[in-house]
Amino acid sequence: MERSDIESKMKELLVEELGLDEDKITMDATFEEDLEVDSLGVVELLMALEDNFGVQIPDEEAESLVTVGEAVDLVQKKINA
Amino acid sequence: MSDRVALVTGGSRGIGRAIALALAESGASVAVNYASSAAKADEVVSEIVATGGNAVAVKADVGDPDQVAALFTTVSDQLGDPTILVNNAGITDDGLLMRMSVEQWDRVLATNLRSAFLCTKTALRPMLRAKWGRIVNISSVSGVAGNPGQGNYAASKAGLIGFTKSIAKEVGSRGITVNAVAPGFIATDMTDALGASVTDAAAQQISVGRLGTVAEVASAVRYLASDGASYITGQTIVVDGGLAL
Repeated sequence: MERSDIESKMKELLVEELGLDEDKITMDATFEEDLEVDSLGVVELLMALEDNFGVQIPDEEAESLVTVGEAVDLVQKKINA
Repeated sequence: MSDRVALVTGGSRGIGRAIALALAESGASVAVNYASSAAKADEVVSEIVATGGNAVAVKADVGDPDQVAALFTTVSDQLGDPTILVNNAGITDDGLLMRMSVEQWDRVLATNLRSAFLCTKTALRPMLRAKWGRIVNISSVSGVAGNPGQGNYAASKAGLIGFTKSIAKEVGSRGITVNAVAPGFIATDMTDALGASVTDAAAQQISVGRLGTVAEVASAVRYLASDGASYITGQTIVVDGGLAL
């Protein structure tokens, strides 16, 4: 899967699952401050990523995610693993 | 509740049975979980199906993580993802604390409290996805007021109240409510076995002047599981006829 495909799917999930404003979602945007996603929101995103990409994301790896781009990196790494 | 799937743990007998029947009457499809009473669970299912409802019986020890995972898979396959969960499964193993074994303590805590953790954790995924959910934990007046000889049981039931409040805070923003119902002295097979002199004496301590019925407990659960209870969360509704006042 191309990185651009993961990016567009990530945006789609953030809009659909977390109800975020699409215009605010950039790869540099931080979940907590820029997008105001709470801790449960991050858990919901991880569940959606696991369901949509067929990957498993352990909590310890998820905890370090700060930006949308980092989440894309992690999914890409998991898909290629 | 016609488009909802409900899971009632320990749904084959007593209060759990009445809850399963009440939710089915409101139109929910109901998964009747049981640990050992297969015939009783099948009877509940038959009763629901006979009145035009939809139900299945699913065996699982809800204190066991693997069996809980299998339970939810079966329910989702047969009825759909549950968005109403009633953590009702419970046992007693009474004894004064000085005589209580570690096994008695652990067994009661596992069935009554660990089960709620396991089932709630698993059920939250479909509820978060649906942005709607109702969790009702069946506590007890023992957990609110304490009861001699029930140190293990009361601890598990009080634990459910703290659990209820914490998870209510975690998921309230997602359309999911978490409440507890604490029944008092309810007429069941267990209380029938005590004999009339014991139950008459108990009734004198109750403001309403009699033991409660399982249907009266189920009625509170049915309300908390409904759309109408959307602004009630983290609460413990005591259904005891005024016993603990």
